[in-house]
Amino acid sequence: MADVPSILPLRLTDVTYQARGQTLIDGISGDLEAKGRSVILGPNGAGKSLLLRLCHGLLQPTAGRIEWAVGNNERVRQRQAMVFQDPVLLRRSTAGNIRYPLHLHGTPRREQQARVDEALARAGLSAVADRPARVLSGGEQQRLAIARAWVARPEVLFLDEPTSNLDPAATRAIEELVLAVDQTGAKIIMTTHDLGQARRLANEILFLHRGRLLERTPVTEFFAAPRTAEAAAFLKGDLLC
Amino acid sequence: MTDLTAAFALALDMLLRFDPDLLEIVGLSLQVSLSAVGLAALIGLPLGAAVALFRFPGRLAINALLTAFMGLPPVVVGLIVYLLLSRAGPLGILGLLFTPAAMILAQCLLITPIIAALSAQTVADLHEEYDEQLRSLAAGPGQTLVTLLWDGRFRLLTAILAGFGRAVAEVGAVMIVGGNINHATRVMTTAIALETSKGNLALALALGIILIALALGVNLAAMAIRDAARVRYG
Ligand SMILES: Nc1ncnc2c1ncn2[C@@H]1O[C@H](COP(=O)(O)OP(=O)(O)OP(=O)(O)O)[C@@H](O)[C@H]1O
Ligand SMILES: [Mg+2]
Repeated sequence: MADVPSILPLRLTDVTYQARGQTLIDGISGDLEAKGRSVILGPNGAGKSLLLRLCHGLLQPTAGRIEWAVGNNERVRQRQAMVFQDPVLLRRSTAGNIRYPLHLHGTPRREQQARVDEALARAGLSAVADRPARVLSGGEQQRLAIARAWVARPEVLFLDEPTSNLDPAATRAIEELVLAVDQTGAKIIMTTHDLGQARRLANEILFLHRGRLLERTPVTEFFAAPRTAEAAAFLKGDLLC
Repeated sequence: MTDLTAAFALALDMLLRFDPDLLEIVGLSLQVSLSAVGLAALIGLPLGAAVALFRFPGRLAINALLTAFMGLPPVVVGLIVYLLLSRAGPLGILGLLFTPAAMILAQCLLITPIIAALSAQTVADLHEEYDEQLRSLAAGPGQTLVTLLWDGRFRLLTAILAGFGRAVAEVGAVMIVGGNINHATRVMTTAIALETSKGNLALALALGIILIALALGVNLAAMAIRDAARVRYG
């Protein structure tokens, strides 16, 4: 594996997305590097989910380019994964959900079980491995979605508001899991509108407002001295959308 | 009235004794209809899923045909298969007319559109929910089709049960292509028609009771599957 070139950085050049005459993502440029956890922060409707979908390749920009370091071929998709704001769990067991991407990618059967067990353990789901995924609690479902996204060892993991409907304890469990995934070497690119979470998880902040990338700064700098009035207002809790 | 009571008593007696004539007819019925539904599922499930998922030439035509054929009267299906299999027909050389194979073919033709149409609906609904997630996981078209069929398995099973219910209860198609030959192609529905017209009510009633029980059983099974699926898989 060592001689396989990384798919990162991901280069965005003037990425724009328009729908129904509205510009929802407006001229975003920049490289997402292999190092560090990037957190896209912004109020509701800023375009965070859209930006992740564009990066992940689920949507095509209406203008501008999104390019992986190795080009945008079919195989690049298998080397990234995304946890959606509302993950869709398959109508199978917890373990069956985690096994699914391995099955899709053609991982040899004898390797599958060990990988599934490891992902279950990491996500703290070993005890519910055989339970139907859709009867799990909200927090368990979210951990399952992360485990399923991680099991095929993606180089990049996109997470869209992974804790939006969870209580503090479940949120902490998710954040610990995200950090554990980060430790395994996957690049974390996530969105949140939770300031505490951004502070705890981010190395760098990408502050998004009305489809525009207003600033991109290391996390300590962002919270100590935001560069734009919008970011300052958002930090004070005055920016609604 | 006494005739009826006597017939009913005789019917119960036949059921409880496992009357061999009765068993033979029931056995052939089940064999024909289960084979037909198995074949129809093998064709109808992937066909319906493909119609729901993919754009390909002829897709609209197939869709229209499926919808049109869903309500086809069994006698018409029987007539079509008869024409196909009759000595002068395109498949006449096979010599299948008035055999159980012909009956399986006719029932299969009758219920494949039903299973395919229900399968298309189920898969289309699921696809709406799964599409983005599956694309994110880099599932190919074939993998997507198999995934949606598997995750829709409970609803599809009820579609298959509905197909079986229709096959086992229809009389027109098997009458025409099977010919209702004793010990060869006589099934429950054709036997009921014949025995009733001969005034032999006991056998007709006994078979009728089994048909009703089967229909009930199929419906109960469908309901149980639906409930179990809702509890387990949401
Ligand atoms: N496919 C689409 N077509 C048209 N408009 C869309 C589409 N997807 C999103 N939008 C609009 O784009 C804007 C940004 O949506 P997006 O979901 O990216 O926001 P967000 O930052 O993720 O918000 P939240 O914090 O509520 O999740 C919203 O106004 C939304 O209504
Ligand atoms: Mg969002």
